[in-house]
Order: sequence, then C-alpha cells, then structure tokens
Amino acid sequence: MRNVFLFLLFSIFARPLFAQNEAALIKAVKAKLDKVSDYQANGRMSVDVSFINAPASKVVVYYKKPNRFKVNKEGGISILPKGGVSVNINSLLTGDDYAVVPAGSAIIKGIPTKVIKLLPLAETSEVVLTTLYIDEKALLIRKATVTTKESGSYEMELDFGKYATWGLPDKMVFLFNAKDYKMPKGLTFEYEKGNTKKEETLKNKKGRVEVNYNSYIINKGISDKVFAGK
Amino acid sequence: MWQLTGIELFKIFKKPRTYIAFAAIAAIVCLIQLAIYVDGKTYLGFILQSLQETFQVNGIILNGYFVCFIVLQTLLVHVPLLIALVSGDIVAGEANMGTLRLLLTKPISRTKLMLSKFFATAVYTIMLLTFMAILALFGSILIFGTGDMINLKSDMVIILDASDVFWRYLAAFGFAALSMLTVSSLAFLLSVFADNAIGPIIGTMAIIIVFTILTTMNIPFFNALKPFLFTNHMLNWKGFFERPVDGTEVLKSAIALVLHILLFVSSAIFIFRKKDILT
Repeated sequence: MRNVFLFLLFSIFARPLFAQNEAALIKAVKAKLDKVSDYQANGRMSVDVSFINAPASKVVVYYKKPNRFKVNKEGGISILPKGGVSVNINSLLTGDDYAVVPAGSAIIKGIPTKVIKLLPLAETSEVVLTTLYIDEKALLIRKATVTTKESGSYEMELDFGKYATWGLPDKMVFLFNAKDYKMPKGLTFEYEKGNTKKEETLKNKKGRVEVNYNSYIINKGISDKVFAGK
Repeated sequence: MWQLTGIELFKIFKKPRTYIAFAAIAAIVCLIQLAIYVDGKTYLGFILQSLQETFQVNGIILNGYFVCFIVLQTLLVHVPLLIALVSGDIVAGEANMGTLRLLLTKPISRTKLMLSKFFATAVYTIMLLTFMAILALFGSILIFGTGDMINLKSDMVIILDASDVFWRYLAAFGFAALSMLTVSSLAFLLSVFADNAIGPIIGTMAIIIVFTILTTMNIPFFNALKPFLFTNHMLNWKGFFERPVDGTEVLKSAIALVLHILLFVSSAIFIFRKKDILT
C-alpha cells in the first residue's frame, strides 16, 4: 500500500519535471531554428492530389522571420495547400504561447525521437494541437502533425542532410486531407460526351506535396517585396 | 483545278458577307481580351473559388495561353454559323443569281467544279481559323504574356508547363480546322439542294444546334447516339490540353471528322452530278 502511494505521489509530482525537460528540448530546437532569420532555397516540388494534374517543377522557396513564407515558380503557377504553417517547419515553433505536454517516444525512419505535444494557450489560435517528433541528439524535428480548426489536419515528414546544422531539411513531405473539388460544367464549357470511362472517386483522398531542396542561401536578407502580392 | 479554285475564291472574297465573319471574330476576341484585361481578377476569383477553399494558388494565371483557351471555348461554338454563311452560299448562291446553269456550259466536269468550290470554302475556313488563331493566341500573348497554363475542368485542375503549351495550340487549331471543315462540308452538301443560300445556312445551324443539344443532354438514350454525332467529336480539340494527351480518343475523333467530310463532299458531288440544273 505504501509503495502504491509513493508511486502515485511520484507520478503526480514528477510529471511537471518531465514536462520541464521537454520544454527545455523545445527551447533548444527553437534556438537552433532561430539561428535562421531568413533563407532562400532552390528545390523541386511535386504535388500529388487526386484532382490536380501538375508536373514536378523547379521552385524557389523564401522564408523570413517570424512566419513569412512563399513558394515561387518562375513564370509559373504553384498550388499549395492552405494551412496555418503551410509547408514550413520554421513556423511551427513561432512564439511561446503554448503548453508543452510529453507524449512518450517513437521511432521515425529508424531514428529514436521524443514525442511532444504543443497545446496553444490562446483561444483564438487556428492551430488546435501540434505533435512533434524530435530527434533529441541532433535537435531536429523529424515529423510533425498539426490539427487546425479550419484547415483539418496535416502531417510533415522531414529528411535532413547538409543543412541539418541549421535545422533545415533536404526533403520535406507534406500530407493533408484534400477536400472534394467540383465546378459546374457550364462554367468550364464542358459537355457530356457519353464517354465509357469510369470516373474515379475523388473524395476523401490524401494530398501530398514533396519538396526536395538542392541549396539554401541562409541569413543573407530577403526583401519584403518578395512576399508582397501573388 | 487550282485556277478554278482561285476563281471561286475570287467570287467568295468579292462578296461583302465574307468579311462579316472576320469582323465578328475580331470583335468577339477583342471584347473578351478587353474584359479580361480590365476585370480578369474578378472572373478568376469566381472560377477559382472552389480550388482556393483548400489551396493557395500563386503565379500569373491570367496569361496569354489561359486567355486564348477562354476565347476558344467561347468562340468555337459560334464559328460554325460564320462558316455556313459562305459554304451554304457556294452553290445555292449561284443558283439564286442564275449563274449556275451558265457556269455549267463551260467545258469543265461537274465533279471538278464541285471540288474547286469545296476547296475554296476550305481555304476560306482555314483562313478564318488562322485569323482567329493570330488574334486569340498571338494577340493574347502580346497583351498578357506567357506562362504556365491552368486548365480548369469540372472535376480536375490541369497545369501545363509554359514550354509545353504552344505545340498544343498548334495541334488544337489543326483539329479545330478539321471540325470546321466538317461544318463547311455539311453546309456545302445542303447548298446543293437549294436555290437560295438562306436554306442551307439555317439548315446547317439547325443540325448543329440539334446535335449539340443531344451532345449536351446526359440522358442514357442519347448517350448511345453520341459517338455517331459529329458535334460530339468536334469538342475533342480540348483533348490536347490534357496531361498526357488522350491520343487514342483524339485520333478516333479526327478520323470520324475526316469520314464525315468525305461523306458530305462525295454525297454533294454525287447529287450535283445527277441534278437537273434549272437556274
């Protein structure tokens, strides 16, 4: 009985201590990411959504603190899923207005990670819950899942290479729930042609955006004009 | 044969009605371009509404390729009327003026005469399409520039790389030429039966309207008919803006259109050879 009581006591009082460790880990990861004030990265982006047919293309990605982010395809059109953090790891840990909750550990692609949940304290926050899978040794976010109020849930998987010291990935896979897309045929000037081809069911399919970064230019300054307009 | 075709072309371009088509196309294309130039963003916001609920679309969407696509979608439905104006008049117009019998007193076979008339209407049709292509494609490129093209379908969004678009337009205009030659050959066939140009022109339009309605209606009974309606195949110029191009479908439609042209022209010649010309 005494042992059970001691165990319960330990569980109740030790939990904040663990949370403190996790908070320190988050702080360390954030400090690493904070070294990057801005970057310009060249990469190749491919979009895989059931109702979007687009070729993989070269893109230039711009980021500037605190959360300005833009993907630009020279002379071209880029389609990105909407979302609080979009396809951007640096925006995940913007501000300190969240509670840190430890949630055990997990193995991501053979690498042991700490699972930490972030609960925003502000009631108006678009993000409801963020789960981070942090590689404690390298201080890198290997995976993140974000649940939002309006834009559903999305998931980020990150692979690191030569820019790991900055906390910037070489490859990022962004998974999200793609809503159904439908436009009136009158608007698109389409006619029923009586084709025998069966239409694919497009509903409730996961969308996927993959960005492979070739190079980064870090902390060299980026003009605000880059983020202005479309 | 070339000399005869030249004479027929001279007669076509001597008539003021020939230029109505060019003026109408110039007016429509310029009006669409002006409307998009002035208020294109509102139009774009409206058609991208559904997509922008989930996605953020960046880049210059309103470029020359996109505008040309809108122009073609709007215009290719109405061009048959402008083509029928000339093709429906090519034989019936002469019968109406009383010059057909006189023409046949010349030492030329009826087949040669009919072929030269058809070639002349074909040249007119291709000239009209080329004019439209120059205005719609090159005009739009000049005003709006080039870039990736977005093709918004009812259930799919297709993005084509800027370097991958121009050849598609050339192919689409080639296919549109086949479609319009089908209309031209139909009007040419109907022209043989009449002594007044109005009949073949209205007849051609009536057939196209009825066939288009059958094409548009999604009723199982009509669906069985659709593969046999040439209006159904005429719409397949859009196939060049798929990724990848549905080559089999486009080729099938192109063959169907060529067969229609051959059928209409050979029927016209056959009937004209047997016909008792009284005017």
